[in-house]
Amino acid sequence: MADQEKKVLGILAEFANPAELVKAAKEVRDHGYEKFDCHSPFPIHGMDEAMGLRQSPLGFIVFFMGFLGLLGGIALTYYVAVIAYPLVISGKPFFSFQAFVPVYFELTVLLSAFGAVFGMFHLNKMPQLFHNLFYSDKFAKATDDGFFVSLEGEDPKFDAAKAKKLFESLGASSIELIEGE
Amino acid sequence: MSTITKETDLKVHEDGELVEGNPTFASVTADISRAPEAGTPKLWFVAFGAALSLMGLGLTLIGYLFWEGTGIWGIQNPAGWGWAIINFVWWVGIGHAGTLISAILFLFRQRWRTAINRFAEAMTIFAVICALVFPGIHVGRVWVAYFMFPLPNQMGMWPNFRSPLLWDVFAVGTYFTVSLLFWYVGLIPDLATFRDRAKTKIKKAALAVFSLGWRGGNRQWQHYERAYLILAGLSTPLVLSVHSVVSFDFAVSLIPGWHTTIFPPYFVAGAIFSGFAMVMTLALIARKIYGLEHIITMRHLENMNKIMLLTGMMVGYAYSCEFFVAWYSGNLYEKAIFINRAIGPYAWAYWTMIFCNVVVPQIFWSRKMRRNIPVMFVASILINVGMWFERFVIVITSLSQDFLPSSWDYFSPTFFDVGIYLGTFGIFFTFFLLFLRFLPMVAIAEIKGVLPQADPHYYEHNGHH
Repeated sequence: MADQEKKVLGILAEFANPAELVKAAKEVRDHGYEKFDCHSPFPIHGMDEAMGLRQSPLGFIVFFMGFLGLLGGIALTYYVAVIAYPLVISGKPFFSFQAFVPVYFELTVLLSAFGAVFGMFHLNKMPQLFHNLFYSDKFAKATDDGFFVSLEGEDPKFDAAKAKKLFESLGASSIELIEGE
Repeated sequence: MSTITKETDLKVHEDGELVEGNPTFASVTADISRAPEAGTPKLWFVAFGAALSLMGLGLTLIGYLFWEGTGIWGIQNPAGWGWAIINFVWWVGIGHAGTLISAILFLFRQRWRTAINRFAEAMTIFAVICALVFPGIHVGRVWVAYFMFPLPNQMGMWPNFRSPLLWDVFAVGTYFTVSLLFWYVGLIPDLATFRDRAKTKIKKAALAVFSLGWRGGNRQWQHYERAYLILAGLSTPLVLSVHSVVSFDFAVSLIPGWHTTIFPPYFVAGAIFSGFAMVMTLALIARKIYGLEHIITMRHLENMNKIMLLTGMMVGYAYSCEFFVAWYSGNLYEKAIFINRAIGPYAWAYWTMIFCNVVVPQIFWSRKMRRNIPVMFVASILINVGMWFERFVIVITSLSQDFLPSSWDYFSPTFFDVGIYLGTFGIFFTFFLLFLRFLPMVAIAEIKGVLPQADPHYYEHNGHH
């Protein structure tokens, strides 16, 4: 839409390799930016510390879901074996929980796995089919061999000119303004 | 382009030749994307046609089974369990290697697994689908297959949670679901790579949906890696539990030859053994056809052969241990069944099993043989034949000669047993060929992650550019 008014939505800087990207991430963080991200085709060792990210809370979600699975398993077997359909089998008590352990285990694992996958989707805000970065022409390289720092226009300290200068001083191989409606 | 040049050999990476030929990040993407992007080779259509025909045969025979009932199988008194459970256990077992590679080797930081984990996981999913066919159809009255699940119904009827067959429903159901999720999570970054390379609008849109808007940002990678680690941690006990539960189907019963405590570890080892053999068969074909010899290297093949040698000796140990316990227990029936296995009417099956599972893998003591492709190809197929016979021996010998000699009978399969089993190969290869055609058969992001230049410290030694 060439005739429409375009806004600056962010800025994208490309770096040569993972080491440069880690270095840039530290600098961007030290300059007080918050809404930035470092894009790479694979996870880079040491990047979480460089960006100053806290540990992922996914473990708590998974623990909660696993616990729910275990409780659900106990509730299900108790309801079925004691309340809904009590059967005397070789004189065993109705709630012979030892025989239900495989079911408890599998349900714990199943719900934990749901927690891990859908919890991760939630934390990553996925699916999010559109993002301003997809306006960029170069950004497709981030899933091939490109290493990018993106800074979003929504960041309170965002100033395109200042950010550009910072990226230049860090040795970015290319800098692109993200523009769109 | 990253600025890494061919200086890679200045620093020998700790893992040696994980990926051969000093590839760049871009060349890894290109190599793995080539096959799905290049269009469909003629040979693929031939293979797909064959697989589809087999699947059609299988589904037709299953249709007839639904019409006529399980009487068309070779099962009779006293062998009321036949090929259906043999095939079920065999297919589930094959699946286990995929989970071992994707989860257990991941936790042990065996980074060589990255070259083979994607299609090993795909193999797991398709193998479990084939396995699930059998419990689905063996009930005879398929329209009441829902009895297997604890569903509220108008009869007020509920399943018996004390039955190992019901544990199986939960174990295999969970296994399939978790394997599928694990595989899909692994695929997301690679689907995003394909999305960014897609030339047509429809393709791009479809891939955009399935990659869920992945941007490769570290804020995403952070949670992604944690999820992957947790899934690996969950899958590890899961895979051990699944074949243990499958073995409970036998071990919890009172049939001689089944009622033993060695079954869970013995079944798990056998599952991994046969699964690695299947991964080997498929990997050898795929790397040849798609020219991935530098990604699935001789080192990977050799490692897999070592695992087959190890697990082969584990099952060999289990076979001998069973005989020892049969003698040591002083149980007449137990003794009789084992003597019958070795010299009875099914001795041919027993010794086929011993030859394929215990004798054949011994060839891998030799480094030369471990690195010989025709040898490992033949061995991997023989091992899977042997592992099928292992389940045949367990199921059929114990059942067809039960407590009462007057009811003994010799089990013979019918055309329908064989046809439906072949049909599951059709199902398996149909899915597998679709996977090879449309999805990245090697984990692109993970391969890049194990290249030496992926480590930020790599640049400290080689100077900056």
